[in-house]
Amino acid sequence: MTARNPTTERIKEQFPEAVIAVRQIAGEQTVVVEREQIVEILEFLRDEEDLDYNMLVDLTGVDFLGRTPRFEVVYHLLSMRHKRRVRLKVLAEETESVPSVVRVFPTTNFHEREVYDMFGIDFEHHPDLRRILMPDEWEGHPLRKDHPLGYEPVAFSHNSNEIYRDKSFAED
Amino acid sequence: MSQLTPADTLFEPDIEVIEEPLEGRMVLNVGPQHPSTHGVLRMVVELEGERIVDLRPVIGYLHTGIEKEAEFKTYAKSITFTDRMSYVSPLNNELAYMLAVERLMDVEVPKRAQYIRVLLCELDRLASHLIWLGTHGLELGAMSVMLYCFRERETILDIMEMVSGQRMMASYFRFGGLAWELPDEFETAVTNFLTEFPDRLAEYEALLTRNPIWVERTKDIGHLDPDEALALGVTGPMLRASGVDWDLRRDMPYSAYDEFDFDVAVNDGCDVYARYLVRLEEMRQSVRIAWQGLEKLEGTAGQPIKSPNRKVTPPPREELDTSMEAVIHHFKLWTEGFKPPVGEAYAAVEAPRGELGFYIVSDGSGKPYRWHMRSPSFANLQSIAPMAEGGLFADLIAIGASLDPIMGEVDR
Repeated sequence: MTARNPTTERIKEQFPEAVIAVRQIAGEQTVVVEREQIVEILEFLRDEEDLDYNMLVDLTGVDFLGRTPRFEVVYHLLSMRHKRRVRLKVLAEETESVPSVVRVFPTTNFHEREVYDMFGIDFEHHPDLRRILMPDEWEGHPLRKDHPLGYEPVAFSHNSNEIYRDKSFAED
Repeated sequence: MSQLTPADTLFEPDIEVIEEPLEGRMVLNVGPQHPSTHGVLRMVVELEGERIVDLRPVIGYLHTGIEKEAEFKTYAKSITFTDRMSYVSPLNNELAYMLAVERLMDVEVPKRAQYIRVLLCELDRLASHLIWLGTHGLELGAMSVMLYCFRERETILDIMEMVSGQRMMASYFRFGGLAWELPDEFETAVTNFLTEFPDRLAEYEALLTRNPIWVERTKDIGHLDPDEALALGVTGPMLRASGVDWDLRRDMPYSAYDEFDFDVAVNDGCDVYARYLVRLEEMRQSVRIAWQGLEKLEGTAGQPIKSPNRKVTPPPREELDTSMEAVIHHFKLWTEGFKPPVGEAYAAVEAPRGELGFYIVSDGSGKPYRWHMRSPSFANLQSIAPMAEGGLFADLIAIGASLDPIMGEVDR
């Protein structure tokens, strides 16, 4: 972590309008960028010699309920040649969609589907945006903060009749 | 900006759902309950004769909402979840989670605890690779390998039980160190195992490496280019078997891996056989690391195994009788847990299947605001379609085995 990481400066140089915020926490660089330009920025990070982020390790979402914009989509990139990581973020409102980066990093196919499934964030131009982990007929998006955790009542002898009466079992 | 690069051309969208297969084609549903899918993976395969034309993995059958549930628990309570996400290599999962939270809290881990972590993670890697080798053999018809591998794995599980009280779901690592000191018999047990193991490994090699049937079924099967592997986010032994020399343990060392001496197994065969060779070599290297770990343990005997930071690690039992402060710390840790500062952290380890990372977002309360695991199997699984398409259906089983997916961490 001693070598200076030029990623943030390079992004600022190349896309002066796109950078919203830059943060450095616990040795990790985070750059918040404009949603519309995420595809170009990722392409730039991947193709430039001195950056060479050749793998998008992880893509996920965070729901900040009550804040505007509500959602964050987080990209973790890894450069194997320079042994560096950087984190990019874009912000999105519930009604807004984020450009899909599947074209730049095909690995995000599953990840974007997962974020769509869990948070209901729409990815524009994703080739196959369907639910991936939850059943197709599921209503709601479980990792949203306003989605309840849910629970199963525990059956004891004093309440088991009640519980099993209301429970839907497969027909015999 | 928009000219096509190799990575762009790789991905072919899977949009249409096949209602009526084309003439001469058949749609076959493999799984979710199929012995070769290592859990509950479903694959919709479109066949033309015996050739695979199209393959779509369907996942989610083991989804248990762990990431959601963790948001409702204190940090310490979620340690047990990490074990259950990859039930064949639980300690590597724990380590990634520990590293992420320790980075968030800025906690130093004592040297001895780091060595023990490394040693146990390598034993864990051996156990995981043994499962892979056993099931891989079994699926291709070499049943005796499975029986031998499970015998050795049992020895490792006995060691895990000795250390943590649990055979599989160890939950032995804690933030800032370990749960407790290693038992006295640990060293003898590990020494015995490590002395014996290389000979056993040679036996498996004698059974498989030059076995003509094995070579026939694995060589030039499931080709995965390095470019393709990188674009698809494939990590771990799969990536190294495609000729990419990358191992987090060496290249971005965590815990105390930079003090250990080992080689990274790389093979540019890009096929199932190369993955087999890479994993076997990794097992030999794990033995090397484990020996060094034992030496380092001897050198640090008697040193602390927990961080002295009382905000994260509980005070020792005897302090509770004499110190009010210790009682308060103890009570706080066991009721509301510790509260990391507002922020986020991502930490990754080289798990047996590849880069396993934890992304934790803290809002300053005792519970994580967002708790996300980057699981290697999830990303690796996407490579099954390009590897299997165009090949024979029977090879799909070999390819699936070389992927070594754990559905618990794919679906979470």
